[in-house]
Amino acid sequence: MDWLTTVDHKKIGILYLIAGALFFGIGGIEALLIRWQLIKPMNDFVSAQTFNELITMHGTTMIFLGVMPLIFALMNAVVPLQIGARDVAFPFLNSLGFWTFLFGGVLLNISWVMGGAPDAGWTAYTPLSSKLYSDTHGVDFYTVGLQIAGLGTLIGGINFLATIITMRAPGMSFMRMPMFTWTAFITSAIILFAFPAITVGLVLLSFDRILDANFFDVSEGGNPVLWQHIFWIFGHPEVYILILPAFGIISEVIPTFARKRLFGYSSMVFATILIAFLGFMVWAHHMFTTGMGPVANALFSISTMLIAVPTGIKIFNWLFTLWGGQIRFTAANLYASGFIPTFVMGGVTGVMLASAPADYQFHDTYFVVAHFHYVIVGGLVLGLFSGLHYWWPKMFGRVLDEKLGKIGFWFFIIGFHLTFFVQHFLGLMGMQRRIFTYLRGQGFDTLNLVSTIGALLMGVGVLVFLFNVIVTTRKPAGAPNDPWEDGRTLEWSIPSPPPEYNFKQIPLVRGLDAYWKEKMAGHTEMTPAEPVGSIHMPSASILPFVMSAGIFVAGLGFMYHQYVVLVLGLVITFACMAIRSLYDDHGWHIDPEETTEKGVKE
Amino acid sequence: MMKRWQAVKRLFPFVGLVLLLSACGREDLSALRPQGPVAQGQFDLMKLSIAIMIVVLLIVFGIAGYVWMRFRRRPGQTDIPEQVEGNFKLEVIWTVIPLILVIILGVATVQKVFAHGENYWNDKNAVKVKVTSHQFWWEFNYPDYGVTTAQDLIIPTGKKIAFQLKTADVLHSFWVPSLAGKTDTNPEGAINNAWFTADKEGVYLGKCAELCGQSHGLMEFKVKAVSQESFDSWVKAMKEPVALPEDQATAEVFKNQCLTCHAIGSEGGPSAPNLTGIGGRESVASILINGQDGTAKENLKTWLEDPQAVKPGNTMPNPKEDLKLTDEQIDAIADYLANSKLKTD
Repeated sequence: MDWLTTVDHKKIGILYLIAGALFFGIGGIEALLIRWQLIKPMNDFVSAQTFNELITMHGTTMIFLGVMPLIFALMNAVVPLQIGARDVAFPFLNSLGFWTFLFGGVLLNISWVMGGAPDAGWTAYTPLSSKLYSDTHGVDFYTVGLQIAGLGTLIGGINFLATIITMRAPGMSFMRMPMFTWTAFITSAIILFAFPAITVGLVLLSFDRILDANFFDVSEGGNPVLWQHIFWIFGHPEVYILILPAFGIISEVIPTFARKRLFGYSSMVFATILIAFLGFMVWAHHMFTTGMGPVANALFSISTMLIAVPTGIKIFNWLFTLWGGQIRFTAANLYASGFIPTFVMGGVTGVMLASAPADYQFHDTYFVVAHFHYVIVGGLVLGLFSGLHYWWPKMFGRVLDEKLGKIGFWFFIIGFHLTFFVQHFLGLMGMQRRIFTYLRGQGFDTLNLVSTIGALLMGVGVLVFLFNVIVTTRKPAGAPNDPWEDGRTLEWSIPSPPPEYNFKQIPLVRGLDAYWKEKMAGHTEMTPAEPVGSIHMPSASILPFVMSAGIFVAGLGFMYHQYVVLVLGLVITFACMAIRSLYDDHGWHIDPEETTEKGVKE
Repeated sequence: MMKRWQAVKRLFPFVGLVLLLSACGREDLSALRPQGPVAQGQFDLMKLSIAIMIVVLLIVFGIAGYVWMRFRRRPGQTDIPEQVEGNFKLEVIWTVIPLILVIILGVATVQKVFAHGENYWNDKNAVKVKVTSHQFWWEFNYPDYGVTTAQDLIIPTGKKIAFQLKTADVLHSFWVPSLAGKTDTNPEGAINNAWFTADKEGVYLGKCAELCGQSHGLMEFKVKAVSQESFDSWVKAMKEPVALPEDQATAEVFKNQCLTCHAIGSEGGPSAPNLTGIGGRESVASILINGQDGTAKENLKTWLEDPQAVKPGNTMPNPKEDLKLTDEQIDAIADYLANSKLKTD
C-alpha cells in the first residue's frame, strides 16, 4: 500500500525501475522470438501475422515502456539529490506520471490477450495502420495505450524542468550543475516540445480508426504522408530524449572512475543544447525515399550530418577526461568504456545514413536496424547499465557484486556486437527489415545465424545482471555514503540510501563537483546553507493511482465503443481531480529531533 | 618518417576491408556490387563515407586504447591527478576537423541528390514504366507500348528506364539493390519518379522495402535486363493474342473464375497480376522460383492449392474452398498456365 501511495521521488524511481525492467524483459523476449524466427531461411516458428505483431510490440515496448521509464528511474533517483533538493517540484504529479505510464503500458500489452496486438510497425505508417488494412483492435491499443503512457512522460518532463529550474541548492548555478542533471534538464525540454506532436498524431489516428475520421485517408482527401511527418517530428527528437541521459550518465561515471573532473564541461553543456536543437531540425531524414524532392533531401542531409560535430566534441571530451587520470575498471566503468567505441560506431553509420542518395540503399534494410541498435542498445542500454551499477548503492544501500557485473558486461557486449555488427552487411547485401522470413541462397543464411547466437548471448548477459540484483538484494544493506570513494557530486555526500528528506540541511554549493571540492578542502561533509529546522514533507496519496486507473478504463471503453465504460472511467478521473482541488492538504513536518534520533537509515 | 609509415601500414587491413565490401553478396542483389550508374553512384558515396568513417573510428579507437592502457590506476596510487578544466585549442581542433569531414561528404551528397533526382519521364530516349504496387505483387505498365505485366520487369540494357510509381493500397517501396536505391510508392496524388539503367544483361532481384502487411517479406520481383532486340520481340509477343485452354470445360472455368480479376492477353481484368506468358517467368508468386525449386507447373499447383500458405494475407481467393475448383480443374489450369509462354525469336 505504501508503494501505491508514495510521492517520494526515490520510491517512485524504484517503481519506474521495476516497471521499466518488466517491460524491458517483455521487449527482450519479443526480440529473442524475432531472432529465433530469422535463425534460418523459410523458418515457420511464428506466422507472418505474429511476426509483425512481435516487431511492432518489440519496438513500441522498448522505446516507450522499456528504456524511457529506466531513464525516469535514474532521473528520479538522482536528479533531486544532485541539485541538493528534498524532492521534485510536484511530488503528486510525479506519482501521477508514473501511474499513467504504467497503466498505458499495461493497456498496450493486454492487446496480446484481447484479440491481436498492433501489427503495423512501431511507426504505424498509414494506410497500413488504418482500419481498412489492420482490422483487429491492435492499432487501437497502440494509439490509446501510447496516448496514456505519453501523458505520464509529458507530466514527468514538465516536473523535472520545474524541479531543476527552481529547486537547486544555494550556490548551484546552471554552470555548476552536474552533467547528468544537465542532460535530464535538456531531455525534459525535448519531451515538452516533442511529445505534443505524437499526442496530436495519436489523436488523429485514433479518430480515423475509432470515429471514422479521415485525416490520413486519400480517398476522402486525407494524406498518409502527413502521419510520417507528425510521427517523425516527434520520433527524431525522441532519439535524443533517449540518448542524452545516457551521455549524462557517462559524463558522471567516467570522471568518478578516472578521478578527474570532466574535460571541457562548458563545451559539453553547449554540445548537449546544440544536439537537442538540431534534433528538431532533421526529422525528415527518416523520409528520404518518400519523394520529398532533391531540395528537401539535400537540406535534411546536411543538417543531419551537422549533429556529428557536437557529438564528436562529447566523445573527445570523454577520452580526454580519461587522459592523465587514474582509471579504475569497475563494472560501471566497464559499461561506460564499452559505450564509447560502440556508440561511435553507431554514430558514424548515422552520418553515412544522412547522405540521402546512399540512404536510398540503406533505408528500411538491416543496415538501419544495425545502426539504431548501435545507438539505442550500444549507446543508451550500455549507459543505463553503467548508471545502474553506479547508482545502485545510492538507491538501495547495497553495492552490486562486481564480479557478476563484469561477467554480465562481457556476455552483453560480445553478444551485442555479434548480433548487430553483421546486420550492417545483411542490409547492404539486400536484406530489407521487418521481413518475417527470407528465401534460401541469397547469402543471408550464415549472418542471420550469427546474429541470433549473439542475441542469445545478450540475453544471458541480462540474466546475469538480474541474478546479480537478486544476490545483492539478499545481502544486508551497508553501503557507505560514497562507496566509490571518488564521488564528486552532491548525492554522494548523504547516506545510501538517503533518508526520506534527503538533506537534513540543504547544502551550500561552492563550485562544480560540489562534494569533490569540499573533500579536496579537507571537509567530510557539505557546508549547510540553512540551520537545522523542521522539514516540510508532502502527504502520500492514492489519488494518482485511481486517476490513472480511471483513464485506463476510459481508454478501453473508447476503443470498444462502450460509451458507458468511457464515461465511468472519466467520472473516476475527474472525481479524483475534484477531490485533489477541493481538499486542502498541507503535508506534514519532520521535526529536527526526529532527524537526529532516527539517524539516517530507516 | 618511419613512424608515420608504420601508422599508414596499419591502415592496410581497413583499406582491404573496403575492397572486401565490394565482393560482398550476390551480384544480382547486393548494393555493394552495383550493376548500373545509379547504384554505382550510390556505392561511390558509400565508399567515400565508409573511408571517412573508418579514419574517425581509427582515431577514436586509437586514443581510447591508449588511455585505457596507459592511465590505469596502479595499486597503492593515492595521489590526485591534475584536475584539467579543458583545452581551448584541442576543443577547437575537434570541432573544426569533423566540420571539414562533414563538408566533404556534404558536397558529394548534394551532387548525387540532384543527379539521381533527375526526372527522365519526358526524355524521348527513355523507356517509361508505370509501377503500381499491390499487396503483395508488382504491376508494370509500359504506356508507350501498351503493355502491362506483373512480377517480371523486362528492360533493355543500356537505356534509361524512367519510372512513375504509385500504390493501389498501402505504402510499398520499390527497390532493386544492384541497380538503384528505393523509392516509396505513395497513393494516387503523390506519384514518385525514379530512374535507373542496367549495364549488363541479367536478372536482378527486386524487393519491397516498406512494411506492407503479412507477406511484406515475400513481395519480391525480378528485373530482367535483355538486349534491345529481345526487348522489342518481347513487346511484340506480349501484344499477340493468347489462346484460351483448348479443353472447353477448362476454358470455361478459367474464364469465369480466373479472368474476373486476372488478365491474359487481351482478356480479363486488371485487379490481379497479369498472367500473359506466366509459364516463361522467373517465378510463380515471386517466391516459388521456377527451374530451381521446381518446374513452373509444380509451382503453379502449389500456389493454386493454397495461396495463403505461400503468401499469407494475399487477396487471392482459395481456388478449392472459395471457388470450388476440383483437383483436376486446378491441374488443368496449372498445366495451361505453365505452357503459356511468349513466343519470342
